[in-house]
Amino acid sequence: MSALEFAQKIKARFGDLVSEPAEFRGEITLRLADAQQIFELCDFARRQLSFDYLVDISSLDNYGEDPRWTVVYHLRRLANGFELRVKTDVSEEKSELPSVIGVWRTANWHEREIYDMMGIRFSGHPDLRRILMWEGYPYFPLRKDFPLAGKPTDLPGVAFTKPAPLEGGPFVTVPGGKDAIAREPRVRTPED
Amino acid sequence: MATVQDLEIRDPAARVGGAVEELRDLQGEKMVLNMGPSHPATHGVLRIVLELDGEVITKADPDVGYLHRGDEKIAENMTYTQFIPYTDRLDYLAPLANNVAYALAVEKLLGLQDRLPPRCQYIRVMCAELARISAHLLGLGAFAMDVGALTVFLLTFTEREKIYNLCESLTGARFTTSYTRIGGVARDLPPGWCAAVRKFLQEVVINLAEVETLLTRNRIWVDRTKDVGVIPKDVAIDYGLSGPNLRGSGVDQDLRKTHPYLCYRDLQFDVPLGSVGDCYDRYLVRMEEMRQSVRLLHQCLDKIPGGADNPAGEPVNVDDGKIILPPKEKVLSGMEELIHQFMLVTQGVNVPPGEVYFGHENPKGELGFYINSRGGGTPYRLKIRSPSFVNLSVLSHLMPGHVMSDTVAILGSLDFVMGECDR
Repeated sequence: MSALEFAQKIKARFGDLVSEPAEFRGEITLRLADAQQIFELCDFARRQLSFDYLVDISSLDNYGEDPRWTVVYHLRRLANGFELRVKTDVSEEKSELPSVIGVWRTANWHEREIYDMMGIRFSGHPDLRRILMWEGYPYFPLRKDFPLAGKPTDLPGVAFTKPAPLEGGPFVTVPGGKDAIAREPRVRTPED
Repeated sequence: MATVQDLEIRDPAARVGGAVEELRDLQGEKMVLNMGPSHPATHGVLRIVLELDGEVITKADPDVGYLHRGDEKIAENMTYTQFIPYTDRLDYLAPLANNVAYALAVEKLLGLQDRLPPRCQYIRVMCAELARISAHLLGLGAFAMDVGALTVFLLTFTEREKIYNLCESLTGARFTTSYTRIGGVARDLPPGWCAAVRKFLQEVVINLAEVETLLTRNRIWVDRTKDVGVIPKDVAIDYGLSGPNLRGSGVDQDLRKTHPYLCYRDLQFDVPLGSVGDCYDRYLVRMEEMRQSVRLLHQCLDKIPGGADNPAGEPVNVDDGKIILPPKEKVLSGMEELIHQFMLVTQGVNVPPGEVYFGHENPKGELGFYINSRGGGTPYRLKIRSPSFVNLSVLSHLMPGHVMSDTVAILGSLDFVMGECDR
């Protein structure tokens, strides 16, 4: 039995909803066409095929493409170490897919993190709050349209009201400007 | 596990005086206690909101993110090589291991993992194992200190200091090592380094034995850790724990054995397992892991291709000018090398489109990098699967039912680092 055969079993169970297993650098990737089926797929992999360990859930922002979001699940079968990657696309209008907490409880924090960083919601999640950023933060910072230097906002006391101290990127200094102290943005006073 | 219902008034006089009724009223009252983000036992900036019924915890809500620096966002804006210093700052107690993990992930994407020179593999294994000893020494020292055994902390810190000296002579930095490069390491071992490591290994086992005599059969230590914070096998798997926390619960999972990378296949070591999954088991597992790391280091020193000082000039980097920077004197004299140098510095290593996940057995658990590339010198998306983040998620399940004073023992035994948790 190999990881590929387990992928074929999932393919056989879900038929056209699941793509042919793709292999790259020894890793098997399955693509699920309908994100609403993700719980069923994970539940099948967990209960029937003993993929008992969820390594990670990750998310991608395919900015400028449709559908915009991709959610990536990394499954592992502890008994023999087989790994499987399951990817599913979510459109920007919907921005929601079922939670897999009912399958693995470790999904809880991973899903909260994706909601926090990308703004993708998970239906059925009992506690979908921000986790790394603070409650009330208005943006989703890992989106591709969020600049590296941060964004100003009018909300007082909630997010930055002034440009971030490193605006322009942490390593951008103005060439040919004044001396190094003047170029170094961190030593500037807000009035300058 | 203690519950509130166990309370009873043993004084007969008070019982007659109707205090039982008063006590019943008191049982309904719960207190919310905020622990952290600045608390010595939270090892950094973890905040836990605890709901207490008397001394007993009824609810725990960990609040992370106080050290969030947006490493994943930063990674999308720089070349693969430029991100190496950021990996130092993930698990800042074991920067060498993070460097190795990250380099291996990018090399997997490049398809280089089988082309790494053997000497490079041995050097990296030595780095990872030294980092493991260093991280476990700190984790153990801080754990013991929180529970009240200060001496252990002093002993383990004496040994960590020696590891820092070794790091300094190897990489030039004590803390932020940034030692690996994509396709190799920054420089070969300095002269005399192997002998210094051997000397350190001889000293550290003596010190570990001393720590063991201070703790393993110490009545107070055993009382504070045994049957406290029990994580059963199925819960540990369900919550995705990794590293010593998973093995402490008796799950035989070590990425060095199950998904061998580098030269771990050629080396002999055992994977210690716990039986109960309590704080004491996790302590014992870490203790034995350090001994196994010592064993691995001895084997590496014996078997390293080229020997300690490498007189034959065994390569430490992949022989590929499109990945590794050429030597400086060749840049100044050769056209091809000059072009390679220019391309590598301005655009970075040209990585093919694709996606990989690589998990590395770090001291804290499985440090994984999921890299999604659309080609070119920067990752399209780099996700860090940090073991501390995942290990902490079990807290809200684990803490209820314990008394307040067990919190520090549980936190110490989970051995997390907030730099890595918050990224």
